[in-house]
Amino acid sequence: MSEGKGVWVFSENADLTLEMLGKGREIADKVGAELAAVVIGSNAADWANELVKYGADKVYLVDNAMFGRFQAEAYLSVLHNLVVNYKPETVLIGSTKNGKPLAARLATRLEVGCVPDCSRLGVDEKGRLVGERITYGGNAVAKLTFKTKPQIVTVPSRAFEKPQPKKRSGQVVKLDLKAEQAKTEVVETKPLETSSVRIEEAEAIVSCGRGLEKKEDRVLLDELAAVLCGQVGCSRPLAEDRKWFSEWVGLSGHKVKPKLYIACGISGVIQHVAGIRDAKVVVAINKDEQAPIFEVADYGVVGNLYEILPALKEALKKQLQ
Amino acid sequence: MKRIIVCLKQAVDVTQLKVDPATRQLITASAPRKMSDFDKNALEEAVRLKEKNAGVEVVTVTVASEEAKTVLREALAMGADKAYVVNDAGLKDVDTLGTAHVLAEAIKKAGEFDLVLCGESSLDSFSGLVGSRVGELLSLPQVTSARKLSVEGDAVVGERTLEDSIETVKAKLPALVTVTREINQPRIPSLMMIMKASKKEIVTWTLADLAVDKAKLASKIEVVEVLAPKTERKRIRITGESVAEIADKLAKALIQEGVVKR
Ligand SMILES: Cc1cc2nc3c(=O)[nH]c(=O)nc-3n(C[C@H](O)[C@H](O)[C@H](O)COP(=O)(O)OP(=O)(O)OC[C@H]3O[C@@H](n4cnc5c(N)ncnc54)[C@H](O)[C@@H]3O)c2cc1C
Ligand SMILES: Nc1ncnc2c1ncn2[C@@H]1O[C@H](COP(=O)(O)O)[C@@H](O)[C@H]1O
Repeated sequence: MSEGKGVWVFSENADLTLEMLGKGREIADKVGAELAAVVIGSNAADWANELVKYGADKVYLVDNAMFGRFQAEAYLSVLHNLVVNYKPETVLIGSTKNGKPLAARLATRLEVGCVPDCSRLGVDEKGRLVGERITYGGNAVAKLTFKTKPQIVTVPSRAFEKPQPKKRSGQVVKLDLKAEQAKTEVVETKPLETSSVRIEEAEAIVSCGRGLEKKEDRVLLDELAAVLCGQVGCSRPLAEDRKWFSEWVGLSGHKVKPKLYIACGISGVIQHVAGIRDAKVVVAINKDEQAPIFEVADYGVVGNLYEILPALKEALKKQLQ
Repeated sequence: MKRIIVCLKQAVDVTQLKVDPATRQLITASAPRKMSDFDKNALEEAVRLKEKNAGVEVVTVTVASEEAKTVLREALAMGADKAYVVNDAGLKDVDTLGTAHVLAEAIKKAGEFDLVLCGESSLDSFSGLVGSRVGELLSLPQVTSARKLSVEGDAVVGERTLEDSIETVKAKLPALVTVTREINQPRIPSLMMIMKASKKEIVTWTLADLAVDKAKLASKIEVVEVLAPKTERKRIRITGESVAEIADKLAKALIQEGVVKR
């Protein structure tokens, strides 16, 4: 296990760090490399130790009160410094709103390539990392690999499973690194009201599109979702144009992977469908029998959602008794 | 404030893309192009800042390997004062880093600036990298994914939506900002504006006009394949005499699939 072959993961988001450790372990084992996590934070020693249980052979810990909250230049300079010193071959960075620019800037400082938002990751016969990402507005999946090292990719939330923690041994390397001066100042932060359960975690999703006539009619979806112990989702126009919801499913929204996805009054254009690729079973309810959603559904019902949804709720209740 | 630069991409109109069903290849060559939609928001924001601050010039910069004039005409009609396009056959296979190098050099050549605006992601490649790469090459402070923007004295203030919070960030000018779609509703240029735009200047540069190190343009990424996703769905139609019968059949099928919790 030589230095310079390492697979690294970094995210300021805890869950994403663990998810990437799971995938990172797989990649590191395939190429015979060490798996390391980078932790930049304040009072983060416990967290660093915890990461060993999730698969890290090594944790580079940069612990200082000044790293208590994410700051672009500070985090970037620390990460850059570590990469230049320890020369990992592969770096996985969490694709959050802060993580993605961080990856882009790191790759630029190092004059190397970056493949963003990899929903799948593998290794080719030459040992190179291959990332898969949705592109051309959901019309295509691109498989991309690297001509330079380090290979930097960003990984979205919930693309990979969180591994089970195990008793294993690993090394925490404490480092005291100076950070570059911040160029931006956060003047205010407000918490965002989001649904308490993340839609990515839902096992069943009842989702509606512009076929829904009034905001109040959402109750039809809520009721069916309740029977399925699931959640309600929507297409982008319902959130962005009509503002009936705050988030949506699709290419530019949430990529979901429920066991059951019921699309009601959704036409099924490629940008929406890109978000439900990993659903196990897709049901389409649409009054237009030509709607493209039927091409990408396991079960299709041509009909009015206002009639089908209540009937389906009753039928499920009856059959589940 | 004197000058705002907007990085404008001419993108493949992804809503009009066709796929060859036999090979799953995209037919991109003949696909219609348009101004990348987030970039249109960036341009709109620049024009609004110009309307609030007299004497500001809005300049667009585009890197293309083909004709991009219609998109630039539209930009000028929306209120940009000048459009630069770097058009060179040598740009066919550049990746996000190469594009950023060319943009950074073109921005420097276009003159002194206070603000660079980019889209958060481009319509077709949707990588969301180029803006931050340009900012890094120009050593600028960055405000990414801004959904609100204002200029206060010698600083720019942006509001960004993160996964669990909304953050207000301040950066001293010159700075780079990437914008989301929520930031504004881009205007549709009137006939008058379109007419006026025909007198404005589009400047074409080739790589030879820029101080770009050609060695830096070699792609760092290898494309293994780009194919339409396979759809492996069952496509079973559920029909029946009545809504109740259809619902019963569907419920039964879902329970059999094991996707419904008891
Ligand atoms: C770059 C880009 C990114 C995008 N990202 C996303 C994304 O992430 N997610 C997303 O959803 N969209 C996205 N879009 C928008 C997308 O292109 C579509 O505009 C959108 O998905 C359409 O939403 P819809 O299906 O609800 O509406 P429509 O296309 O209008 O479809 C409504 C459907 O409802 C049916 N219907 C009407 N009444 C009833 C009824 N009573 N019963 C049953 N059926 C009925 C109609 O037959 C129709 O098929 C994106 C677009 C672009 C360009
Ligand atoms: N070829 C280009 N010419 C001008 N600007 C571009 C180009 N490519 C990307 N950009 C800018 O960078 C942003 C992000 O692009 P991308 O990384 O492709 O998602 C876009 O919204 C544009 O503002």
